[in-house]
Amino acid sequence: MDEFWGPFWIVLTGALAGASCGLLGAYLVLRKMSLLGDALSHAVLPGIVIAFLLSGSRDVIPMFIGAAICGVIATVLIETFHRRWRVQEDSSIGITFTALFALGVVLITAFAGQVDLDQECVLYGEIAYTPWDRLFWGEWDLGPRPVWILGTVFALNLALVLVFYKEFLIASFDAEMALSVGVSAALVHYVLMGAVSVTTVAAFESVGAILVVAMLIVPGASAYLWSDRLKVILTLSALMGVVSAIAGYFLAGVWNSSIAGAMVVVMGALFALSLIFAPHYGLLGRFVRQIRLSLRVARDHVLLKLLRERESQRVSALSWGDLVDTAARWVSGIAIRLLIWQGLITRKNGHFSLGEQGVIHATRLLRNHRLWESYLNQLGLPPDHVHDPADALEHFTDDHLREEIRAALPNIATDPQGKRIPDG
Amino acid sequence: MLHAVDESVTPIHIHDMTVAYHKKPVLWDVDLAVPEGKLVGVVGPNGAGKSTMIKAIMDLVPKASGWVHIYGKPYSRMRQVIGYVPQRESVDWDFPINALDVVLMGRYGHIGWVRRPDKIDRELAEEALEKVGMTDFGHRQINQLSGGQQQRVFLARALAQDAQIYLMDEPFAGVDAATERAIIDILMDLRARKKTMLVVHHDLHTVNQYFDWLVLINMRIVAAGETKDVFTDDNLNKTYGGRLTVLSEAAQAVAHHQRGL
Repeated sequence: MDEFWGPFWIVLTGALAGASCGLLGAYLVLRKMSLLGDALSHAVLPGIVIAFLLSGSRDVIPMFIGAAICGVIATVLIETFHRRWRVQEDSSIGITFTALFALGVVLITAFAGQVDLDQECVLYGEIAYTPWDRLFWGEWDLGPRPVWILGTVFALNLALVLVFYKEFLIASFDAEMALSVGVSAALVHYVLMGAVSVTTVAAFESVGAILVVAMLIVPGASAYLWSDRLKVILTLSALMGVVSAIAGYFLAGVWNSSIAGAMVVVMGALFALSLIFAPHYGLLGRFVRQIRLSLRVARDHVLLKLLRERESQRVSALSWGDLVDTAARWVSGIAIRLLIWQGLITRKNGHFSLGEQGVIHATRLLRNHRLWESYLNQLGLPPDHVHDPADALEHFTDDHLREEIRAALPNIATDPQGKRIPDG
Repeated sequence: MLHAVDESVTPIHIHDMTVAYHKKPVLWDVDLAVPEGKLVGVVGPNGAGKSTMIKAIMDLVPKASGWVHIYGKPYSRMRQVIGYVPQRESVDWDFPINALDVVLMGRYGHIGWVRRPDKIDRELAEEALEKVGMTDFGHRQINQLSGGQQQRVFLARALAQDAQIYLMDEPFAGVDAATERAIIDILMDLRARKKTMLVVHHDLHTVNQYFDWLVLINMRIVAAGETKDVFTDDNLNKTYGGRLTVLSEAAQAVAHHQRGL
């Protein structure tokens, strides 16, 4: 095998497996059925062995049929245990797939003489042999068999997702609505599970029963973090499968390790990156939003403190020590510096006072605060209970909400403590 | 309550329908003929079988006995005549989809298998969003909508179904006053256009104001007819009062025998 084609076939096989699994995996994650994908990838084993015993060959067509039948049987068993016989759903899944997998293992070992299925290969796969596993048409060498198998499966999955996009969508989002307009959610479920079973078998030889689970779940779960659009999630999920295959191959070269293993390690890394960097649902994004929120609250508190001092004691400037919030010194300190930078407050001789714009901001906040206090008081909260909730709500009250509260209150000039509600 | 019913003009005709979950009956021997063009309230206590009745009409739950006819025909042949508003909690609002695409689902029954929604379907969906006052929210992710807005999206989806009959499961549950007003306005408008609506409702204060026809239900039909005739203290006592526990006791007994207790 020459230096280009060898690696090319291996990477292509991995990429096709990753894309096939990624496409279906996105639906599994979406339908909160990741565990079912895991279960099916194991439960199809007896189907494969029986197909093998009956056909006497490693022909893929009988294997696909065996796997699809076995996968649907497993799905029906899980549903029946759960819905009819009221076994907990997770227990139903656990019982069904381990029992079927064990049956497969028993069959392999009992018929060891006749079954040319290597257990190692079933569990771990052997993608490195791909280039030598050829498909022939008479005398013609058509290329590696796994590429043909996985290529077909990918094309089928893609066709399924494109043709039945609408049906998959409504059945996944609202099963009852789907049923009421004539789309059987149960049928969609079985078709999806049948496709997962066939895909699993197709990917078996290359990546093995254990790693195929990762290919089904990890890209889907990662893609889900990046977008709120189903089409984007599906595309990303398939793409991540492809990227993992390519990167995994080269990584395996560097580490001199299992190729399929390295591919899944890359998937894990992609998931970790998604978890951290995904804009809306990622940890970093969430952290930044939290910091910004804390800063905003701290900033508002500084402005309000200065305004209240000015109002009550006619003192218009405060020292750093008086101004900074002792309970959150760090955030409060940044907030004060930010306010100076924005020109909302000014510092003179180590004392801080409100700037022109700062007064406007602070007055609006104080108006929010006292309107909320009055409103909550009117709802029946005693005057000494209204400060804290108003303190929390004042930051998030826009013009619209403020006028709604104003409209809900009688024409009053002061809050429950008798303090003037400023205009603003 | 056997009347001569002219089936071809009766939107919903239920005959001797019993529905059971795991053999435990939740609705007994329902006979009901809903007249055309009425806004019908379905009222009863929790667990009375209100949602179950709606779902049984659409074959979403199996019937133990009896039948339902829609304008004289079984539901499976009359799907396109019915619009459905399920309970808001029945779906996952974190699902990656925007409001317009949810409303577009109302067209799926008309589009048929495999075919894609076309421009007209999109226009109808946008029109439906406009009717519920949600034009600006079409491209908003559904988890970024308030409860009232989500309910409006569900109503818009049913409007997009362009049906003769609307079945609505608690459309007023957990919505703000403005949304409740908007929804009732739409229902009144539908009634003016001779549509028939069956609306599961739980707020007794608004029954007189909203519904011209009423079904009181507690595991069986307690009373059904014009609101002014049916909405009486006596009937409400029968619906919410203690005497009906006999039926729930019977259901419990069946369930106990099921479990071999």
